[in-house]
Amino acid sequence: MSKVKTVMQKNSQLIIPLIALLAIVLFNVIRCVVIGNFSFFEIRLTENTNILSGNVINILKDASELAILAMGMTLVTSASRGQDISVGASAAIAGSVFVKILLANPANWGVIIIAILASCVVAMICGAFNGILVSIFKIQPMIATLILYTVGRSIAYWINGGATPTIAKDHPVLYLGGFFPGNPIPTPIFIVIICAIIFVLVLKFTNLGLYTQAVGINEKAAHLNGINPIKMKLLTFIILGVCVALAGVIRVSRLALINHETILLGVEMDAILAVAIGGNSLGGGKFKLSGSIIGAYVIEALTNTLYAMKVASTDVKAYKAIVIILIVVMGSPVVKKHTSRLWSKLFKKKEIPATAGASSSKGGM
Amino acid sequence: MQKDIVLTMRNVSKAFPGVKALQDVDFTLRKGEICALMGENGAGKSTLIKVLTGVYHMDAGQVNIAGIDKAITIRSPQEAQNMGISTVYQEITLCPNLTVAENMFIGRGKYNFINWRDMEKKAKEILDNLDIPARPSQQLSNCSLAVQQMVAIARAVDADCKVLILDEPTSSLDDQEVAKLFALMRDLKSKGVGIVFVTHFLEQVYEVCDSITVLRDGKLVGEYDIKNLPRVQLIAKMMGKEFDDLSELNKKEISSDEDGETPVLEAFGLSSAAGVKPFDFKIKKGEVNGFTGLLGSGRSESVRAIFGADRITGGKVKMHGKTVRIAKPIDAMKQKIAYLSEDRKGDGLIADLSVRENIILALQVKKGFFKPFSRAEAEAFADKYIKLLEIKTASADTLIGSLSGGNQQKAILARWLLTNPEYLILDEPTRGIDVGTKVEIQKLVLKLAAEGMSITFISSEIEEMVRTCSRLIVMRDRKIVGELSSSEITQDNIMHTIAGGGNS
Repeated sequence: MSKVKTVMQKNSQLIIPLIALLAIVLFNVIRCVVIGNFSFFEIRLTENTNILSGNVINILKDASELAILAMGMTLVTSASRGQDISVGASAAIAGSVFVKILLANPANWGVIIIAILASCVVAMICGAFNGILVSIFKIQPMIATLILYTVGRSIAYWINGGATPTIAKDHPVLYLGGFFPGNPIPTPIFIVIICAIIFVLVLKFTNLGLYTQAVGINEKAAHLNGINPIKMKLLTFIILGVCVALAGVIRVSRLALINHETILLGVEMDAILAVAIGGNSLGGGKFKLSGSIIGAYVIEALTNTLYAMKVASTDVKAYKAIVIILIVVMGSPVVKKHTSRLWSKLFKKKEIPATAGASSSKGGM
Repeated sequence: MQKDIVLTMRNVSKAFPGVKALQDVDFTLRKGEICALMGENGAGKSTLIKVLTGVYHMDAGQVNIAGIDKAITIRSPQEAQNMGISTVYQEITLCPNLTVAENMFIGRGKYNFINWRDMEKKAKEILDNLDIPARPSQQLSNCSLAVQQMVAIARAVDADCKVLILDEPTSSLDDQEVAKLFALMRDLKSKGVGIVFVTHFLEQVYEVCDSITVLRDGKLVGEYDIKNLPRVQLIAKMMGKEFDDLSELNKKEISSDEDGETPVLEAFGLSSAAGVKPFDFKIKKGEVNGFTGLLGSGRSESVRAIFGADRITGGKVKMHGKTVRIAKPIDAMKQKIAYLSEDRKGDGLIADLSVRENIILALQVKKGFFKPFSRAEAEAFADKYIKLLEIKTASADTLIGSLSGGNQQKAILARWLLTNPEYLILDEPTRGIDVGTKVEIQKLVLKLAAEGMSITFISSEIEEMVRTCSRLIVMRDRKIVGELSSSEITQDNIMHTIAGGGNS
């Protein structure tokens, strides 16, 4: 019992994003019952191409770039107490470099790997640029990253020579955005899983988590304990750079072209939102990576549901905003305080187990 | 109310959870009087001021102000202002990008519209009246700090200002600027304003004040006329030691200086960007020494320089006779130096992390970025020290921010003991914690020293220093002004040396 309680307490941050995700699923179930058609949840295996399709697969696939960016954004938020709003623009730069190298060379995997590495380096330089402004020059993250946000797509334009280069339909790089032959599961899903595993391993086998949190919570104390806050902040921005490159590569491979004006446009706000929905404070400090990842899927599930309901694409944002208000208010400290008071009241009165308390608070949402 | 009295506070009490910040404090201010409010940290000065300015609400007591017949209740700073109580804080709280006149009038009065010409004219009158060398249309950021401070005062001093509170207004001013400020204060005094002056600089108190009110541990020690309270007496009152009270002197091992043993740490001409003047320092194995002096005398800055906490601007350091480079905390940690910082909340705690993470932090950093402790190791370390120092916490997973001050301090102490230091610097380890824990920490210091650890102990409580240190370095104005060892360490001597009244 007490073990259940400590596990609950440790992961209490995940309650809101999980509830949000569940609520969206539940909403869809009800919707399907009402319209008497469960095709929303259908996962089909197309016979001749042997690939999986359906809304659930789409959500998992389409959230990939966002999920990867959200992971990096979580670290930046934790250490620098601010957000990087240049990720979309940086991804345009990284993506342009990627395409440029691909098109200038024969279509083989050696070239693709080199192109990925090159775009990673470019995005890491972008990250380092932001990181230096934030850590050494102590500029507010949003202002510092506003520079690349403003100029990034212009740089991408210059790299592309003003065109929107397209990748040939038979280029193997398109497997990265779609399917490897014979594999029915979309490749981006694997890339997210690999990324998440790498993050988990890094957090487990290094002190990245402890140091970034220490710097984010109390920079002066971290310094007096031998941590170099400047290095840590810089490092988180560079790590976010790698995430940016991967997101750019996935998106380019998915679309088979790069349009510097539209690629990952506005993704920075979704990434920040994913971090927030995940229960992480945008004021830095403690973080939970899993929260941000769930946050990314919440956003994508929401978008996908709205499209499935045939909401016009111009209206989607308005509906999204309404749901986001609900989620964010639910996770706000004020509401949290009230629910936890309600929770402890119920808990004390009837000696009900913690899990029952959780479901009661869910009922309240 | 007597005629010449502008303000009386009677039996004012204010408690915070766990602390009685003010207990039955009386305070009186006369017309045209500059009264110094003195006391060491935690004495209750700022609480008293905050009660007076409506930031805090007192639990009990009575406040009277000239011109109002009955006792007043001050609910907000705005109300205090309306009753004629104005405050100027240490940090200048004006807008540097506005003009002098705008700064003087903005946010004042009930007008929605401003007559700019009128405002500048009025501002000019006030500035001329107070001899403040500034033009109304000048941008504030172009004025010197002293003038900015004066403008802040001009803003505070309305026609109906009766009480002006100056909370450490001189801390960022140089001597000339201070002189200008004092001229202004004397001018206001002659106009009948009662001034409460809070400062840590004794010289300034004796230069400008008429009376002194001393607080200690939230209680009133006394109200004195400046002529009747010589400097040494004042320090004695602030520190709570009677001048001739030598009863509890505890002698410890006396280490002779001439035994040729290589010191654990030696510093030569060390200085830092925090403003400490170059100083020499050494400590031997098993020695407990201390830096003493009033607040702001540079005792913390000195030990921070040894630890590399501030940017080092000169000097060199030897460990065991070998020159080492200590530029940042991690360098010092690698030399087995540990530093428990003065400001627990600001420099020590990582409040949102658990007790366990806080305890292992320093050792973890020392071990390296790529070598995290396993969960089991971390738990073992934390549990060991929680038991050893009797840290009262629900579990090692509890957030350290939710512990009491004393237990937080023990956890931070555990953090540094865990690094197994040869030289441990404790900067105010007993501040703001309960008496029981204080004694525990003192005992621990002596025990560790007996085991061979070298320790520098800093405390505002002189009694603690006398009890634990075998050598005392006395500081004033960021300089070392004296050194006392073994039998010379008496409260009497310490106070004399601090006051500069002779180095016995």
